Amino acid sequence: MNKPLIEVTDLKKHFPIRKGLFGNTVGHVHAVDGVSFSINAGETLGLVGESGCGKSTVGRVVLRLIEPTSGSVKVEGREIVGIPRTELRPLRRQMQIVFQDPFSSLNPRIRVGDIVGEPLMVHGIGNKQERAERVAQLFNRVGLRPSQMSNYPHQFSGGQRQRISIARALALDPHFIIADEPVSALDVSIQAQVINLMMDLQRDMKLSYLFISHNLSVVEHISHRVAVMYLGRIVEYADKKTLFASPQHPYTEALLSAVPLPDPTLRRTKKRVEGDVPSPIKPPPGCHFHPRCPYAEARCKVEPPVLREIGPGHQVACHLR
Amino acid sequence: MSTTVSQDRPTKPSFFNEVFYLARRYPLGVAGAIIMATFVMCALFANFVAPLDPFSTNARASLARPSETHLLGADMMGRDVLSRIIHGARISLAVAVGATIMGSGLGAALGLASGYLGGWFDLIIQRVSEVMQSLPLLVMALVITASLGPSLRNTIIAIAIPLVPTVARVIRSNVLSLREMPFVEAAKATGMSEFRIAVVHVLPNTLAPLIVLATAQLGSTILTEASLSFLGLGVPEPYPSWGRMLSESAAEYVRTAPWLVIFPGLAISLVVFGSNLMGDALRDALDPRQRD
Repeated sequence: MNKPLIEVTDLKKHFPIRKGLFGNTVGHVHAVDGVSFSINAGETLGLVGESGCGKSTVGRVVLRLIEPTSGSVKVEGREIVGIPRTELRPLRRQMQIVFQDPFSSLNPRIRVGDIVGEPLMVHGIGNKQERAERVAQLFNRVGLRPSQMSNYPHQFSGGQRQRISIARALALDPHFIIADEPVSALDVSIQAQVINLMMDLQRDMKLSYLFISHNLSVVEHISHRVAVMYLGRIVEYADKKTLFASPQHPYTEALLSAVPLPDPTLRRTKKRVEGDVPSPIKPPPGCHFHPRCPYAEARCKVEPPVLREIGPGHQVACHLR
Repeated sequence: MSTTVSQDRPTKPSFFNEVFYLARRYPLGVAGAIIMATFVMCALFANFVAPLDPFSTNARASLARPSETHLLGADMMGRDVLSRIIHGARISLAVAVGATIMGSGLGAALGLASGYLGGWFDLIIQRVSEVMQSLPLLVMALVITASLGPSLRNTIIAIAIPLVPTVARVIRSNVLSLREMPFVEAAKATGMSEFRIAVVHVLPNTLAPLIVLATAQLGSTILTEASLSFLGLGVPEPYPSWGRMLSESAAEYVRTAPWLVIFPGLAISLVVFGSNLMGDALRDALDPRQRD
């Protein structure tokens, strides 16, 4: 592996808060506040964090479904932030997205075959018959029957719909797929099927994933590396084994200790985090985590910690490590 | 509730199979369609269907009761009511359908653009439609016909314009929620143009409220046309329209010659009823979630 497929540097997205008749900006929601990571070909980066920490915004900004405030996103070495839409269009073939909600991510009025074939049509690939063949192939690939192509989305279960979403994402043969909580809305048994499908696809097609989730066990299963996000920033970034075996950031520690273990005899010292996530409109000064951190010191309240390398490929943003 | 994947229906049903299937599923819609078709046929072939000339006056038949010669009676000038209703279907249907289609079409286009583009365009469209909505429909229509002059075309325009803001606002509110849907984001992620997304993904999902609104408005357009004609600003005499037949005789003859009021009123009610039945069935038939 030489060059990373996706390289994100200091990405920021601040949503303005408008008020009043003329929409004066009265503040900003710091949804993503300086996030950097890279993903290699065939690799999965898990992005975890609580609700509202900006995980999903990261996914959308990387695809430029939302325009970033600043920062850089490079796809196979090409900068995509700031380039005009016409230049962005061909690059869209490289990267696709699968959404969380299997119900609202498929247009209820369009036959699923057409939904999956739509990206092909947008990019003018093949004629009608070739597209239909390609869609049938994709249906087979994700474990659906091609005879179901003429059905409508409501005739499928949640898991099947998620397979359709995956088929749509695969239609253009992308190298990179953002999976925004793709299994959170599914039953546990179905979650496993969808995750395994995604892993098979990764192996066969050399896909890279940005796997966004709040479910640590799922992330542990599918990811190669994991980034932990808190209030718009990455607080810890390491390969899966290191992160789960020796979490360094107090927030990661707390997250991991909250994962239930399927063993009733096992007792663990729970590292609880008190309180709620502070508002991203006015994030706390210094380290964003200090109001809830059991180890917080004086300087945590004033000086924001930077991501530092503390081991091979292991980065932590904490003054105490 | 549909939870299983249906495999019973053939994947590509023929057109007639489809029509037959829909007809069995929506009997009320078929009834509505028959009512509407009858009126449309009457309007198209009025010259052949009408038993008498709707314009020829006959002093001896003035205010004649329904009888063998005048099945639905005759008006003050001795003109046959049935023939006038049949000929009146032309104007009333043209006005009702024309104004509804024009108003809803324009409203849908503006609402779609307003909701989808947002920003200044949205602001202007919304403020203008608020101004328009603060005026009563009839007053607006009056002002428009007064400035354009009375004719069939101008009547349709005058009735269509006041419908636009209502439709535009309903569609806009729908579009506002639809454009945030993940399937719209997914389409963006494939690189689909905004215009195509609006037409392919957003517009079809606003169809249900649009049909309901349009069928509801169909009736009120006939009545507005009646008021305009009564005030001398609608379709000019001697062409019969249901609305004018009704409004001219309502005050004077409701006691002495009630058939002059009942039958045009019945015709209006039937069209409104038929269009509502048809609209309901159409809305369901066009929604894939309602059928399997």
